[in-house]
Amino acid sequence: MTVLNKINIGETLEATLQPVSRIDLIKYAGSSGDFNPIHTIDEEAKKAGLPGIIAHGMWTMGNLAKLFTPYYEEGFISDYNIRFSGMVFLEDVLTLKAQMVDKTGQLLTFDVSAINQKQKDVVKGKITFELY
Amino acid sequence: MFREYIGLTSSKTRNVIERELVRRFAESIGDAHPIYIDEEFGRQSRFGANIAPPTFPRVLRSGSIEGLKLPLKGLIHGEQIYHYKRPLLVGEEVFCYSKIEDYYEKEGSTGKMGFLKMKRYGEDSHGQLIFTEESITIITETVRRSLNV
Repeated sequence: MTVLNKINIGETLEATLQPVSRIDLIKYAGSSGDFNPIHTIDEEAKKAGLPGIIAHGMWTMGNLAKLFTPYYEEGFISDYNIRFSGMVFLEDVLTLKAQMVDKTGQLLTFDVSAINQKQKDVVKGKITFELY
Repeated sequence: MFREYIGLTSSKTRNVIERELVRRFAESIGDAHPIYIDEEFGRQSRFGANIAPPTFPRVLRSGSIEGLKLPLKGLIHGEQIYHYKRPLLVGEEVFCYSKIEDYYEKEGSTGKMGFLKMKRYGEDSHGQLIFTEESITIITETVRRSLNV
């Protein structure tokens, strides 16, 4: 396993998810307690003017942070800022990306985003990883 | 009307970071790493316990803010911001409260949009801050009209 501390500015962590499925969103609704029906029930999404159900923004944000989970012995996410910039629909294929942009003392800063199959950002922000 | 909400705060509510909730949450974001779910693995780790994923605090209770009325539909989640002093440990007690930090309006393509900034604070049993969680919710013109504000 790579050590996060050894990554250089400009290098990236990346992972591609399985296509988004309804069961993913049902599970997230249950585990987070966010039962807003636009995330799980087609008719409710349509009533809200959407073409279909959309993923919880927090589901995508939660997924994105897992790029850093393997490095838990080295440090932790001390700051995590996200702007929700696009909707995620069923069958979308998301790629998670984190690019190191700064390394100052104990703080590693990354630009992070999730990008759909049309190369559009759906969430975008920054993570600061604080080394122990 | 929303501007009057600035500064409103909920009373502190006690939570326990529950093992089963953390396991389900980690699995639901496709992050079933043993540091979150395997008890023995957690015990052997630097924390001596399992930890919770960074976006887990959404699950916690922080008490309701008296007088705050928000529509149930038509709200857009704009931004989410976490700050941590350290990871949350499975099994620990966390005391949470929420505060309305700010409200401002901007002209958008579909009319005036309101931005409500709400911050949640999580403290340990000694009152030491563990994390803050900030949400910016966008309230569209249509929703504001329906509320008469």
